[in-house]
Amino acid sequence: MFGIHQKLERNAIGFVIAIIVVSSIGGFMEIAPLFTIHETVEEAPDMRLYTPLEVAGRNIYIREGCYACHSQMIRTLRDDVERYGPYSLAVESKYDHPMLWGSKRTGPDLARVGGKYSDAWHVAHLINPRDVVPESIMPGYRWLAETPLKVDDLSLHLAAQRKVGVPYTDEMIANAAADAYGQAMPDSPFAAGVTARYGDATNVRAFDGQPDRLTEMDALVAYLQVLGRLTDAPYQQTASTEGAKP
Amino acid sequence: MISELTRGERRLALAVLTAVAILGLALAVAGRGDILAVHGGLIMASAVVLMFFVISGYYAPEPGEERFAQYYDTPTKAGVVLAMIWAVIGMGVGDWVAWLLVYPEMTFDAAWASFGRLRPVHTSGVIFGFGGNALIATSFHVLQRTSRARLPDQFSPWFVLIGYNLFCLLAASGYLLGITQSKEYAEPEWYADLWLVVVWVVYFSIYLRTLMRRQEPHIYVANWYYMAFILVVAILHIVNNLAVPISFGSAKSYSAFAGVQDAMTQWWYGHNAVAFFLTAGFLGMMYYYLPKRAGRPVFSYRMGILGFWGITFMYMWAGSHHLHYTALPQWVQTLGMTFSVMLIVPSWLAAANALLTLNGAWDKVRDDATLRFMMLAVVFYGLSTFEGSFMSIRAVNSLSHYTDWTVGHVHAGALGWVALITFGSIYAVVPWIWKQPSMYSNKLVEAHFWLSLAGTLIYVFAMWNSGIIQGLMWRTYSEGGTLAYSFIDSLVAMRPYYIARAIGGGFFAVGAVIGLYNVWMTIRQASAERAEAPDAPVVPALARSLQAGE
Repeated sequence: MFGIHQKLERNAIGFVIAIIVVSSIGGFMEIAPLFTIHETVEEAPDMRLYTPLEVAGRNIYIREGCYACHSQMIRTLRDDVERYGPYSLAVESKYDHPMLWGSKRTGPDLARVGGKYSDAWHVAHLINPRDVVPESIMPGYRWLAETPLKVDDLSLHLAAQRKVGVPYTDEMIANAAADAYGQAMPDSPFAAGVTARYGDATNVRAFDGQPDRLTEMDALVAYLQVLGRLTDAPYQQTASTEGAKP
Repeated sequence: MISELTRGERRLALAVLTAVAILGLALAVAGRGDILAVHGGLIMASAVVLMFFVISGYYAPEPGEERFAQYYDTPTKAGVVLAMIWAVIGMGVGDWVAWLLVYPEMTFDAAWASFGRLRPVHTSGVIFGFGGNALIATSFHVLQRTSRARLPDQFSPWFVLIGYNLFCLLAASGYLLGITQSKEYAEPEWYADLWLVVVWVVYFSIYLRTLMRRQEPHIYVANWYYMAFILVVAILHIVNNLAVPISFGSAKSYSAFAGVQDAMTQWWYGHNAVAFFLTAGFLGMMYYYLPKRAGRPVFSYRMGILGFWGITFMYMWAGSHHLHYTALPQWVQTLGMTFSVMLIVPSWLAAANALLTLNGAWDKVRDDATLRFMMLAVVFYGLSTFEGSFMSIRAVNSLSHYTDWTVGHVHAGALGWVALITFGSIYAVVPWIWKQPSMYSNKLVEAHFWLSLAGTLIYVFAMWNSGIIQGLMWRTYSEGGTLAYSFIDSLVAMRPYYIARAIGGGFFAVGAVIGLYNVWMTIRQASAERAEAPDAPVVPALARSLQAGE
């Protein structure tokens, strides 16, 4: 064995090829089957798509690095489930390019934060977290409420996501900017189109409390309020396997 | 620097810089109205500044044939200085964000100053800025010595070093501007990722072209590790960063993968960035500088072989231990755990090989802080690989995951192993390449050593405490069968440990500042010596005969 190696280490090209082959095996064996084994991602026919406003909010969540302190992945552990809600399913992030499961809980998990607090609470919390949670060490994001949301490229965002597999329709792509306005301005003529395209369960509200303005705060709160609400599958799963998990 | 390039290389440099400037201009124009314009402008400005630099030295005399009689070390010199500068930046920002967790109001209501944007400046600054520059610089130095061959030309090492630092600059400035794809340790966006691929291809070609011209029949073990570092990082970088930009006029892209597949790809990348960036490359460093400094041959050739192939094969399976109890299928979690536990064998083979190499040189370890840096690094390497295997066990991971214990583990490796082996290697290589008997101040090396050790211990103990307390509080039940603590209870309990961590990190960062100062003063000492003898001929015998002839 060491004799063979003596020959190998005299040959630069051979050594390069050996490194590539030996190192590629692990990743190939673990990643490739995830695309082909059907059970990897559960079926959830009621799974909804992020609206353009929620996409914009998700991008603000990414931009500000929220994922560095907040996970979005409830593990199959009793204390995780009792603290945060039903454990996360793979299907819930099947449209998440990229996923935001996170790796650290400096703050609590957010996988099921949608609907847990009011919009006003989120706005107050984002402006200054210590106004609502005195012990919090989260930074304030005051400027979000004053920064107008950029909507002119939302169609491009949806189109790019369609290229990587999210089933946005032509109509959704064409109306992306209008739908973003409509979702945060319930009294505007754009509002009706949002529920028509994205389903009746879509939240249509003045998320930041300012019905006449579309701000980054609207987008981020809209995103936070939809977390864990895109499908009912995890809630049904828990009901049917109650007590089965440790 | 320009005077070391041949006329043809100067022309090539100008052509490449023109192309980069045009690319930057194209990005700036296409990205007007988007934040991408800032980066387009930055790329163009960097290229234009460098063009002026090349033009200013364009008519300097060409280097003569005598250059082939010496190794080409100027890029290594520049890389060492850049590594130390990035160390101060990266560790300084790291300590700043550590204090942010104690005093969260210190963001001045500015977007760029929040924890979420500064944290990747810290991680990329230390991993890519400090670690990457140190790897590039030392790899050029080690490659030439162990192959007994000069680098193939004078242009491509500069292209790699400067191109790589442009990538680091785009990364760090991008996070402050809000440009990130949120993949941990792979945050830079599509255009920076593509640029790094170009740089990396040239880096690999330097390696291969030098090895092809080597005068040694065998490729030395340090080069196996450096090659594994270059090749596997290329594979990981390309696969993990596959993405579709929303347009060529926008910095934003969407990952090709989603959900569970993306998570697995990300942690296959993330864990192997640890394996092949932060382990393989630095093992290459260790296998050259530690035996050289100790004056001892490597203890075992066979342990070297087994360790190398074990690490190259097994690490690539281990990434899924980051995803225990998640929506990732259990068979992948189990495979990841199994290989992570087995990894202790090649890891400890490498560590044992290094420590046994020191047998017969322990008196030097006692007296020489530089060698002590390397010895301690190997000890921390052994400890943190043991801890890593331990934490990958599912039951342990259920407690440690999402807590500060992970952060402590990473820093045991990053401070204790990566940074210490780098400082040791830099303190060894700086006097060699600047032709000095020793560093400017050995006392400062000693001070740096003790600051680093104290800082690392304070940091790691603080995070062990906070992580385990956090994990236990989250899973503690009251007698009534309900969760005993709210999340905020656990956060309040962290405060003393966050203060301790920031102090420990501060010690470490101050050590890096001392290191930069010491390197800088050594360089000044070397250039002062050269200035004292302005036109001293290279060959002393020739000088004597010239004087005699007068």
